[in-house]
Amino acid sequence: MLTFILKRLGLAVLVAFTVSFISFSLLFLAGDPAAALAGETASGEDIESLRKLYGFDRPMLVQYGDWLFSAIQGDFGESYYFRLPVASLIAERLSVTMTLGVCGISFALLTAVPLGVAAAIRPNSIIDRVALFLSVAGQAMPSFWFGLILIVIFAIQLGWLPPSGASSPVHFIMPTIVLGYYAMPAIMRLTRAGMLDVLSSDYIRTARAKGAPEGRVLFRHALRNAIIPVVSLAAVQMGFMLGGSIVVESIFALHGAGYLAWESIARNDLPTVQALILVFSMFYIVFTFLADVLNAWLDPRMRSS
Amino acid sequence: MEKPLLSVRNLTIDIPVGGGTLHAVRGIDFDLNRGETLCIVGESGSGKSLTSLAVMGLLGKTIRRTADRMDFDGTDLTRANPRTMRKLRGARMSMIFQEPMTSLNPAYTIGDQLTEALLLHKPVGREAARARAVELLEKVGITAAESRLSQYPHQLSGGLRQRVMIAMALMCEPELIIADEPTTALDVTIQAQILRLLYDLGREMNMAMILITHDLGVVARVADKVAVMYAGELVETGPAADVFNTPSHPYTRGLLRCIPLPGKTERGSTLGTIPGIVPSLVGDIEGCAFRTRCPYAEAACRSEIPRQGSAGHAFRCIHEDGKRQAEEATA
Ligand SMILES: Nc1ncnc2c1ncn2[C@@H]1O[C@H](COP(=O)(O)OP(=O)(O)OP(=O)(O)O)[C@@H](O)[C@H]1O
Ligand SMILES: [Mg+2]
Repeated sequence: MLTFILKRLGLAVLVAFTVSFISFSLLFLAGDPAAALAGETASGEDIESLRKLYGFDRPMLVQYGDWLFSAIQGDFGESYYFRLPVASLIAERLSVTMTLGVCGISFALLTAVPLGVAAAIRPNSIIDRVALFLSVAGQAMPSFWFGLILIVIFAIQLGWLPPSGASSPVHFIMPTIVLGYYAMPAIMRLTRAGMLDVLSSDYIRTARAKGAPEGRVLFRHALRNAIIPVVSLAAVQMGFMLGGSIVVESIFALHGAGYLAWESIARNDLPTVQALILVFSMFYIVFTFLADVLNAWLDPRMRSS
Repeated sequence: MEKPLLSVRNLTIDIPVGGGTLHAVRGIDFDLNRGETLCIVGESGSGKSLTSLAVMGLLGKTIRRTADRMDFDGTDLTRANPRTMRKLRGARMSMIFQEPMTSLNPAYTIGDQLTEALLLHKPVGREAARARAVELLEKVGITAAESRLSQYPHQLSGGLRQRVMIAMALMCEPELIIADEPTTALDVTIQAQILRLLYDLGREMNMAMILITHDLGVVARVADKVAVMYAGELVETGPAADVFNTPSHPYTRGLLRCIPLPGKTERGSTLGTIPGIVPSLVGDIEGCAFRTRCPYAEAACRSEIPRQGSAGHAFRCIHEDGKRQAEEATA
């Protein structure tokens, strides 16, 4: 198990470096960074002096090393727009995004897994149909539309929940539901399919032949095996939620990192965009790594491969 | 006479399939005494596995099982509720399946899976259960038993897994053990070895055993009783010696001609096969199911088939002694 973890960790670090290089290169792919910085009205001279000031005239690899070295220490430079350190800017927004992401994935898992299990136990039953309906609806309904519907009902008509903002836990209820519901259908279908598959397997029959009670058969013997692919999916969804919650953050005016990314792209605020891409990618890498470790714990066959 | 441990009367298993009902098992009767070995033989698809799963109460939800009687040591299995069945399974009756490669849970150690039944059914502690597991692993011929407990199924070969399955079935010293072709998935060289082992352990613990196998050579060596199944029916049952010496149903004789038996098959003689195919099990079969392949079939075979012979050695055929003597006379 330990060698497995170390191997995966090594791989994760390697991927992290690659990703960092790519996100660094984005700066150059996006055009001349000095020109972007100087603005549209700047003269050639201004651009040249800015190029010198920010060190854009040095070889790219040197710049990368320099940037990476600072980034590791938590220094992502200064935002072109806010004129503030990017690191503190992101840190402030990230807490909102993280809260939303964790709540969203928890909501998705807590609804999708039990529903998927229940649907698999009784295929074609009422509960299976309800689950299927919920999942199709979840897939078909755009997040912004669902979010607006919730706001209209619960914030405007009933007045139970605040429509926007992030100042208290109550503010996170609707965004959590919208974000979680987006991830739910895939998780539910994977759980259902996995459970159906596992429940018809020979080792479940063996467990029953031993006289194991049904609950033990379902959860200890079946779910443990059926959940393995779900873990990987949830990790990807979680990474996606952190980076991709822009829509939800905008509807509910939660000023999180997703929203910041969107703003910064619109403003051509390259250091911020760069840092956000790096941070989001790191989340993906960390979650994938954690999912791998969790899967190896669940599935002994993975440890040896 | 002692009361049989397991007594089955008119067991019927129906499976709804697209466009009808598949009558997989059509009213079979058998008795099994304590410590006795019953071998069920018959072609693929004749209903052997379903019969054993029916006894264990492990048929799928869509499969219908009815019986006039299914009595296990005084418990009526046809009426037993799930809780009662659960208490019997693994504790007093257990089963070894056909597929050793997939019958163990990949997520748990051998030790966890071996001790599970014991911990579920008996008031023993972890340590005692592990000690028992080690003891049984040694009994089934696994070396370094102690260290196997912490291994996972994927780390074991097929032969080892099947030994583990056998040990697992024996953990609670059941009174009845059902082994459904326990060796078909294994290397021929170890098949006989495993069966021998299973049989010896059964004797040692005085367990009744239902052994399903295609290997009539094995049957000849281990069976007390033989039941021959064809298309969901028991065409002949009786003490092993009787069935082998005076096989009454033409199908039984056909089966016996398909295998070489030590001392019975002459060197150089040809082994037979039974031409033809099994009738469809969907819907009713008129008269004798074997008549389409039987050399002695006649018009009367379409009618109701009587049960002949004694209570001990019975067969279903319209011909007196199933034309055995006539056949032997011409041979
Ligand atoms: N779940 C099921 N659904 C539909 N048909 C089934 C099902 N299980 C068994 N059958 C059918 O019932 C018949 C008897 O099956 P069974 O498994 O008892 O045969 P068997 O005698 O054990 O054969 P084998 O020697 O190949 O193991 C077969 O025709 C089979 O196709
Ligand atoms: Mg079978």
